[in-house]
Amino acid sequence: MVNEKEILKNASVVTTNACKLCTPLGACVAMKGIENTMTLLHGSQGCATYIRRYLISHFREPIDIASSNFTENATIFGGGLNLSTGLKNVTTQYHPALIGVATTCLSETIGEDVKTMVRNYQKSEEVSASADQPLIIHMSTPSYKGTHMDGFHAVTRAAVAALAKDGAPKKQLNILPGFVSPADIRYLKEILADLQLEYVMLPDYSETLDGPTWDDYQKIPSGGTSVAAIETMGCSQATIEFGRTLDPNLTAGKILRERFKTLRFQLGMPIGVRETDLFFELLKTYTAAALPVKYELERGRLIDSYIDGHKYVFEKKAVVYGDEDLVVGLVSFLAEIGIIPVLCASGGVSGRLAKAIHDVAPELEDRITVRQGVDFMEIGTEAEKLGADLFIGNSKGYQNARKLKVPLVRVGFPIHDRIGSGRIVHLGYRGAQELFDRIVNTLLENRQDNSSVGYSYM
Amino acid sequence: MAVLEQRQKQIFTTGSAGPFEMECSKPSLAGSVSQRACVFCGSRVVLYPIADAVHLVHGPIGCAAYTWDIRGALSSGPELHRLSFSTDLQELDVISGAEKKLYAALVELIDRYQPKAAFVYSTCIIGIIGDDVEAVCKKVSLEKGIPVLPVDSEGFKGTKKDGYRAACGALFKLTGQKALENISKYSINIMGEFNVAGESWIIRSYYEKMGVQVVSCLTGDARIEEIQRSHGAALNVVQCSGSMVYLAKMFEEHYGTPYLRVAYFGIEDVSEALYSVARFFKEPELMKRTQKLVREEIEAIYPKLQEYKKKLTGKKAAVYVGGAFKAFALVRALRLIGMKVVMVGSQTGNKDDYKQLQSMCDEGTVIVDDTNPLELSEFLKDKEVDLLIGGVKERPLAYKMGIGFCDHNHERKIPLAGFSGMLNFAEEIYSSVHSPVWKLVSRRRSLTENEGIEAGA
Repeated sequence: MVNEKEILKNASVVTTNACKLCTPLGACVAMKGIENTMTLLHGSQGCATYIRRYLISHFREPIDIASSNFTENATIFGGGLNLSTGLKNVTTQYHPALIGVATTCLSETIGEDVKTMVRNYQKSEEVSASADQPLIIHMSTPSYKGTHMDGFHAVTRAAVAALAKDGAPKKQLNILPGFVSPADIRYLKEILADLQLEYVMLPDYSETLDGPTWDDYQKIPSGGTSVAAIETMGCSQATIEFGRTLDPNLTAGKILRERFKTLRFQLGMPIGVRETDLFFELLKTYTAAALPVKYELERGRLIDSYIDGHKYVFEKKAVVYGDEDLVVGLVSFLAEIGIIPVLCASGGVSGRLAKAIHDVAPELEDRITVRQGVDFMEIGTEAEKLGADLFIGNSKGYQNARKLKVPLVRVGFPIHDRIGSGRIVHLGYRGAQELFDRIVNTLLENRQDNSSVGYSYM
Repeated sequence: MAVLEQRQKQIFTTGSAGPFEMECSKPSLAGSVSQRACVFCGSRVVLYPIADAVHLVHGPIGCAAYTWDIRGALSSGPELHRLSFSTDLQELDVISGAEKKLYAALVELIDRYQPKAAFVYSTCIIGIIGDDVEAVCKKVSLEKGIPVLPVDSEGFKGTKKDGYRAACGALFKLTGQKALENISKYSINIMGEFNVAGESWIIRSYYEKMGVQVVSCLTGDARIEEIQRSHGAALNVVQCSGSMVYLAKMFEEHYGTPYLRVAYFGIEDVSEALYSVARFFKEPELMKRTQKLVREEIEAIYPKLQEYKKKLTGKKAAVYVGGAFKAFALVRALRLIGMKVVMVGSQTGNKDDYKQLQSMCDEGTVIVDDTNPLELSEFLKDKEVDLLIGGVKERPLAYKMGIGFCDHNHERKIPLAGFSGMLNFAEEIYSSVHSPVWKLVSRRRSLTENEGIEAGA
């Protein structure tokens, strides 16, 4: 019963107000997590410009993405020259350590062999003769295949495949957090440091996408995981990948496992007590250090607050939507505080959403509907049918929530109508605390505002 | 500074030695981080505000997703334009063609919303996969009895300007289709005004007070039926250099409708816009009403504007916008509030535009075509700019450098056109330039501290 069957195809032919973005966008985000890197989109100029605008509106940070700027000629005769000129110009202007070339629907449809083009470019006399040439990795990211999440993971795969090397074993962990916020990454790093664990975080855009003001313009903002660090990922003790809906055969962890026999753990996004406990349990097996008291206290305060607020949230009906792995994590958290995520929806189509949700919250089995591959029109229709007390997801659900006159708690990506998107913590005890307080207070505010009495304490 | 060799002729400093030669209207360099968009973007911005039509983006999901409800273009009635429709092509569609999907999508949308027309935007790959969009549109149009217009907007087929042209072509096909009853001889179409933050309503109200009938506004708060009878207007008043001159020229050629080019930003430009329309009609009463209107409007905002001027005099501004006409207007508007323009540029200006900019600007002003973040940041620093005017993509650049910012793009939520808009403009600039937050930014602090020492000495 769980779930009504997952519907792989929209009932409607048209996608109305998509609950997903195109593949190259995800690649652009993940590339920001590698140090001294530029992204070059191989396609029309518009793709880079639109993606920049979209990301800037969320992160409120400068985001430079270069484009090979296809013209009609390039489309007819091939974009090889555009690509090599583009690589050359990015190199002279930005001096990156690494350029990530991501394709678009245009270059993929005309059948560009980017791999060969890159190789030829690197072999060309001019380039091979000059020192100080950047490394180049290539991601195939046609927008007609998958969503932005596939583009995101394509980067971690490409980076690991191209850069990780064999070597003497190192006492370190590979952490692949998936598409989380800069503040989430900072928090993960804090946890790892407190547990005295060495690690390679891929990607790490905690500084590049949420940094201070500059004295001097930074062509490429500082921060990110260095190429040298990625090179050692084959020597790590284990890889931890967040995301229960990831295809276990298609992850960077899988590549490391196959090539270097690095142990691989696939966990859910650690949102809420239960998923975070699992994460800490795993970390503890890799450290001799004791868990600092501060995390015991964080966890303790979190549960204490759950109790303080339990009646305000009990059996409230939530519509949860967005990237599949975020939705799964949120559902696990909501289930443990007593909120019923009556609709769990995503524009993604991994085919694993329903099972992942069942795994984290079997107790909700017959009370929720899981829908994958949906757009916001379908989410709206479904939400109206099911009835909802609140929406939890990105800002694109605002119009739906407004129509149903229910509040929206903003999480994930994109958040285009508030500031501080990069500073939202979703993960760990601290993230759950932040989410819980926001959810309870949103419900209280809603109740207070809509009450005729005007209580000043609730 | 790091200007690519091939771009050096797209930058000019007024008063510098040598003849004024600007290279422009050329495609952006491969590998540059241009602030420009593509053909699709050009078409989409022009047609977007038409509120009772379905706008279907034919292609993979990105293009529709990135243009969903992004503009502040308001409607007084239906709001179909605020929905994002896509055929969301998948791999199989790319391999075997998507004409059937397009047909089904159009039929579904028309049945669902009963729109007055439908626009179908072709994105990059449509021609390549061999879809005959025109044939599908024709078929659906016949079956459903509404105009279904293909917009040839494949991203790579030129620049944003080519997208404007494609959109104007689609709009023109709508004209000449409805009867011309009740159209006054003092009538106009407002062109190139998109009702961002309700600006078309402000402009329309001026014309109405002057006694000029607005047959249609293209495309702010537009309705298909109005467009279909827009050929009945006596005059086209075109704002914005790039986007709609094409349409005005088509009107001139086919219907003999003359056109004027105007701008509505800043007191000088908006007054001149209204006067030029009044002069055109050669009707003394109409001119009198216009004079009265302009006088009253200026009187209403002038005292407050002077206050802002006092606080903004001597502050330095940089302007980087899409079209050159907007740049002209902004240079004048900034001057009116005492500010000094030290850099000005556009994404799509032509040679004549840049010549005019050169003649308008003070010596030492940098003029740029199709610039990029690296160059922009250098100018902002070198010229010790206090405020940048641009769009969302430029905003973080200014902020990172600790510089104020005014959004003058489609996404703004505050009307900046017209007389009242000028006051909003000054207010917005004031609120950014004089915010205390800059005092905490180390780069700016060192600048102001130096000034302080000098002043004290």
